Amino acid sequence: MSSRDVWTIAEQSQGKIKEVSYEILTRGRKLADKLGVELASILLGYNISDDKLNELIHRGADKVYIVNDSVLENFIVENYSNVLVDLVRKYKPNIIIAGATTSGRTLMPHVAVRVNAGLTADCTGLDIEKGTNNLLQTRPAIGGNILATIKTPNNRPQMATVRVKSTKPAPIDRSRTGKIIKIELKTELIDGKVERIGFRKTEDEAASIQDADIIVSGGRGLRKKENFVLIRQLAKNLGGVVGASRDAVDRGWISYPHQVGLSGKTVSPKLYIAIGISGSIQHLAGIKTSDIIIAINNDPDAQIFKISDFGIVGDLFEVVPLLNERLAKVVK
Amino acid sequence: MDEKTGTMIREGVESIINPLDLYAIEVGIQLKEEYDGKAIVISMGPPGAEKALREAISMGCDDGILVTGKEFKGSDTWVTSFVLSKSIQNIGNYDLILTGERATDGDTGQVGPGIGSFLDIPLATYVSKIVEIKDKNIIVERLVEDGYETLKMPLPALLTVVKEISYPRLPTLRGKQKARKIEIPVWSADNMKLDKSKLGLKGSPTRVVKIGHPKVTRSGTIVKPNGEESLLKAIDQLIKFMQKKRINLRRFNR
Ligand SMILES: Cc1cc2nc3c(=O)[nH]c(=O)nc-3n(C[C@H](O)[C@H](O)[C@H](O)COP(=O)(O)OP(=O)(O)OC[C@H]3O[C@@H](n4cnc5c(N)ncnc54)[C@H](O)[C@@H]3O)c2cc1C
Ligand SMILES: Nc1ncnc2c1ncn2[C@@H]1O[C@H](COP(=O)(O)O)[C@@H](O)[C@H]1O
Repeated sequence: MSSRDVWTIAEQSQGKIKEVSYEILTRGRKLADKLGVELASILLGYNISDDKLNELIHRGADKVYIVNDSVLENFIVENYSNVLVDLVRKYKPNIIIAGATTSGRTLMPHVAVRVNAGLTADCTGLDIEKGTNNLLQTRPAIGGNILATIKTPNNRPQMATVRVKSTKPAPIDRSRTGKIIKIELKTELIDGKVERIGFRKTEDEAASIQDADIIVSGGRGLRKKENFVLIRQLAKNLGGVVGASRDAVDRGWISYPHQVGLSGKTVSPKLYIAIGISGSIQHLAGIKTSDIIIAINNDPDAQIFKISDFGIVGDLFEVVPLLNERLAKVVK
Repeated sequence: MDEKTGTMIREGVESIINPLDLYAIEVGIQLKEEYDGKAIVISMGPPGAEKALREAISMGCDDGILVTGKEFKGSDTWVTSFVLSKSIQNIGNYDLILTGERATDGDTGQVGPGIGSFLDIPLATYVSKIVEIKDKNIIVERLVEDGYETLKMPLPALLTVVKEISYPRLPTLRGKQKARKIEIPVWSADNMKLDKSKLGLKGSPTRVVKIGHPKVTRSGTIVKPNGEESLLKAIDQLIKFMQKKRINLRRFNR
């Protein structure tokens, strides 16, 4: 018998549930309601309290499948994949959604291959097709120049990863009730070949650039490494983080985790400020889904202005210090 | 892009190496130089992909294999991973498979993990550094959201690599000469004995049903201040704009 449930994959780190888990609950709830089926949140991890599991229910899940075991404390794709494949074979969901995080983008293709499922990466839109009830998955492709809608007509489950921050986290509603289903980890599902032997946090805020609401990015217009201090200041003042064009990264002014664009990170903050960045197609590919784009550039013909909501044509070495100064007065 | 089938038109298009694959190729060449092995580059694509293979050889790869044929046309990432894993098994003896993080056209990043899954070998994605290879084990660092994670795994393994891992070298003159002369074997569904119903568009679980062209231009306000006073005005206008858009400016001077 095949169940018709919609599943979302929750993520945790050290017993805490990550925000992205609630974003995909928003997506999942909408699909489950359209299909008139139940929404389940799947969580693999360790030291997860019942409070945390209840929160998944309060945020939209009808069921939570939890596999709580020390082996699953950290994401090791082989173990996670074995467990998820086992659950899929047993409960036969119709749809599985995960965040397009480094784990989600690793786990989902690994599982899709084993359960013969179609998988679409980095979706920005999910919907149900009228009549067929197929999942319609929309994603930007070719550097964001086209939007492709994809479906999986014959294979089940239908799988998709969803771009982080492309939707709001589901709100808490304490009146919601649901079922928590605790699943014992079967030892034969532990792969045991791969070992996680260390972790170091990124030295600065670069790591959070995909989660940030405000990003201030600098490019070649900054002329030298030392001038990035201007960008850092503005970012700090706005409570945002620092990004960069590839040119700035390649010149060694700032490390690669800060790079935004086709060969760097795709971001979708509320506010993206591009300073001394020309707006090459590859850079734009990474910022197109930002809510608001502001540009500061001394070339009135710079491409970046074509996709900006507000732009100042001017010398960044005059504009940025003054902006920092004025901001101080406004906010005081 | 073929708007009817939603698949990429790869025929007749000049094939270049996917830029993000250059980093994987560079690592392959470095490792084979250090450990006295062999670096083989594989591409599944139209006949024109041969050019990309020759480019990789001119950088220093030893051999290339072209997987091509009309049965492969329209393959999604599931089928591509399947075919590439079959060609890797066909080669037989391997220690390490390297792929790019993602292709800059299809841009899914699913093919590397997919191959790892089919081959059932340890997989590390987003690898930014190879720390050590010793006694048939590899230690790598992978770039995740909040930092770098170190993994240890036995070989053979599959790594998808990010740009941070290397600086791709340029082709050498000797490499170019070699690349010009070398024979590149062409593998088809027939000589790999693959079931054709499982290949191409037919064998692919996913279908592109619609292509849209998002509007990219935004009609924003662009101000061109001229002189100090108008610059101040422009900046105040910018601040007002941010406030109107409900950007939280309260965190200033935390
Ligand atoms: C396959 C591939 C992948 C790529 N991936 C990426 C990627 O992920 N991210 C990325 O960013 N790029 C990427 N690129 C590179 C991209 O094509 C551009 O080269 C790069 O984005 C340019 O960076 P930039 O805008 O900082 O530099 P430039 O293009 O040199 O722009 C500098 C800008 O600063 C302005 N400026 C100069 N002085 C001042 C001043 N005093 N005040 C104000 N403005 C000033 C100039 O008018 C100019 O517009 C990629 C390229 C390829 C081929
Ligand atoms: N047709 C192909 N031939 C060879 N390698 C491929 C092919 N498609 C994808 N890859 C590899 O898989 C990586 C991810 O591609 P993709 O999943 O399409 O974004 C690429 O960087 C390549 O290393």
